[in-house]
Amino acid sequence: MDVFDKLKILTDAAKYDVACTSSGVNKKAGAGQIGSAAASGICHSFSADGRCISLLKVLMTNVCIYDCQYCVNRRSNDTPRTFFTPRELAELTINFYRRNYIEGLFLSSGVLKNPDYTCEQLIEALRILRKEYRFNGYIHVKAIPGADNRLTDQLGLLADRMSINIELPSQSSLQLLAPDKTKQSILAPMGYIQNRIQENSTDLVKYRHVPKFVPAGQSTQMIIGATPDSDFQILNLTESLYKKYKLKRVFFSAYMPVAENSLLPTPDTEPPLWREHRLYQADWLLRFYGFSANELLDQQHQSFNPFVDPKCNWALNHREFFPVEVNRAPYEDLLRVPGIGVNSAKRIIVARRMTTLRFDSLKKLGVVLKRAKYFITCSGKTADGLKFTQQAVLQALMSEKTLAMYRTNASLESHSKQLSLFEQPLLALPKLLREGIQQCITSPM
Amino acid sequence: MHHQSNVTYRYDGSFDGLLCCVFESYDKKEIPTDILLPDAASLLLFPEKRIVTDLEKANRVLASIPKKIGFPALEFIRHAFLTYLPQKELAILRFLRLGYQRGPAVMQMLADETVNILFKAVRHLERESHLFKGFVRFSVINQVLVAEIEPKNFVLPLLVQHFCERFPEEKFLIYDKKHGMALVYQPYKPMVIPVEELELPEPDQEEQAYRELWKVFYDTIAIQGRYNPQCRMNHMPKRYWKYLTEFAGTFQKPHRKLTAADGNSRLVVSGGMLTIEGTAVAVNGCGDD
Repeated sequence: MDVFDKLKILTDAAKYDVACTSSGVNKKAGAGQIGSAAASGICHSFSADGRCISLLKVLMTNVCIYDCQYCVNRRSNDTPRTFFTPRELAELTINFYRRNYIEGLFLSSGVLKNPDYTCEQLIEALRILRKEYRFNGYIHVKAIPGADNRLTDQLGLLADRMSINIELPSQSSLQLLAPDKTKQSILAPMGYIQNRIQENSTDLVKYRHVPKFVPAGQSTQMIIGATPDSDFQILNLTESLYKKYKLKRVFFSAYMPVAENSLLPTPDTEPPLWREHRLYQADWLLRFYGFSANELLDQQHQSFNPFVDPKCNWALNHREFFPVEVNRAPYEDLLRVPGIGVNSAKRIIVARRMTTLRFDSLKKLGVVLKRAKYFITCSGKTADGLKFTQQAVLQALMSEKTLAMYRTNASLESHSKQLSLFEQPLLALPKLLREGIQQCITSPM
Repeated sequence: MHHQSNVTYRYDGSFDGLLCCVFESYDKKEIPTDILLPDAASLLLFPEKRIVTDLEKANRVLASIPKKIGFPALEFIRHAFLTYLPQKELAILRFLRLGYQRGPAVMQMLADETVNILFKAVRHLERESHLFKGFVRFSVINQVLVAEIEPKNFVLPLLVQHFCERFPEEKFLIYDKKHGMALVYQPYKPMVIPVEELELPEPDQEEQAYRELWKVFYDTIAIQGRYNPQCRMNHMPKRYWKYLTEFAGTFQKPHRKLTAADGNSRLVVSGGMLTIEGTAVAVNGCGDD
């Protein structure tokens, strides 16, 4: 099999891995080296599905001893198998890198023979890249659960980021679909990596030349929609992963039917892309906007509102918090206004030192007034000609696409069908939204 | 008080030239209605004044900016000068006049019309230069990395540091076709020089193979069930596709002359010779530096 076929097979098998950021570490090539990394990350292309491509994302091999039901590489699947030799992989990476196709390598693997052997293959590929080609660019590698800690150590010293996939958001879901894996078998190595990062950072304070262990931190991903876990459960898990394991990112992946199995949604199931989207929005609110999971969802509201984003939803349900006075409110409060993001909030703070901000100045600073105007005052005044009709607020808070869907009953039904995979009584959702808006309109400003 | 005058300036298009316009504006207590490039047609019937670039005057203005308005303001107008904002010269002049009045605080006046217009233009430049850090596609030709781009803003100066840090030991060339300039680098010596045209030999087999491998990867990595061309277009508008290897064949590249015959380690640039071989980058007769 030539390298073209190998690349096709091993890319195809790796594409369901979500993480593709090259962020979190800043470094430049020294003399004799090649490769740098920008903390912000750099996208080199975007695939036909609109996702960023910044790393050569491949598997070392798609041979696997495990039989996880949701996975294309499961042992029982009838699919062509192959593997890269460590040298083939290193050469491919460096040649893509020189041509500026990629920012680095994202290397994952099926488990060939046993976890230790697989880990050794990954180490060898990274060793060639780092030591022979003197590659200083970004490398994200999957830790192999079950591999010896010493091997994980070696791997971590060669990589910038390491990740272990949680795969499914709960123990019961794991038991159902990945019987070879347990919560413990995933969290134990995650905890180990976290400890090593911690140790390493203390060592770095004490001694200057300690080699860096996964300097760009650790990330994980989980599949959304293959199992009945609710958004509330997923978001809580996400929050605790950030807190407990200090993860840099948690990625979500809408379940794409790749296997037929009585335990899984049927192959014609639409992937719950809107749910994935809402989770990412909420994840952003956790990491940059100072929200906690319990503010966004709770026992009574376990699913995200499909029609408006989590921040708008929160705002609709917390009228008591508004209006926010843009000329005085602290940064944290500005961040809670729909239509004001991190950048525009920062600009407001800077610009209001020099002048009193009016509605037209906010527009210049990048605030989305269409949404924000219902929630703010400028020097105590609301926007001119502000109409608090249900239609006006709806149009403001929804995207045009969502609004069109909301208006047609047909798509409402398809939404409810899709949603009914989960436990939320979904026809209630638009009603819930209506109530929220009603409340928003009737409550005094 | 400064006064709007019925006069237009014409300058040589250099940054120093623009600083001399600022000098003139203060010297004559006037604000021109426009500041034009040497070959720009004047649409107004106002009298025109040719501003001669005088390095002494330029340096006086240059020195006063960090002193009176601060270093961030200087960096800001340097970037503003690289943007493709219409009448950027006049906008920069207005910004500086405001800066001399208000001091460093001018950098915080984001909602002010004079500041905001430049602020947006600079943000566009910075975004575009960030995109090109990813969207530049090199071909390896005789051990030299060669790329072409057509950015709206003049982004090359903002790419120098990134690519030098990425490939300190390589020889590379990024040709900006739109502005007729190129970033030429050989180990530890970057230059931005005017280039009229680029002639390249045909890519060899290895180069072709890696381009095809990249296409294989690009076509395979997308998940069919998530096909979303609109999303792709938002992140990577079509005007960037022309030089992206993964779309090769989608667009013709009629402007490029392929000289298959000689195929040695020479890159020919008309209007001068740009030779990249061994250790030397020789640049002869390439314009005005």
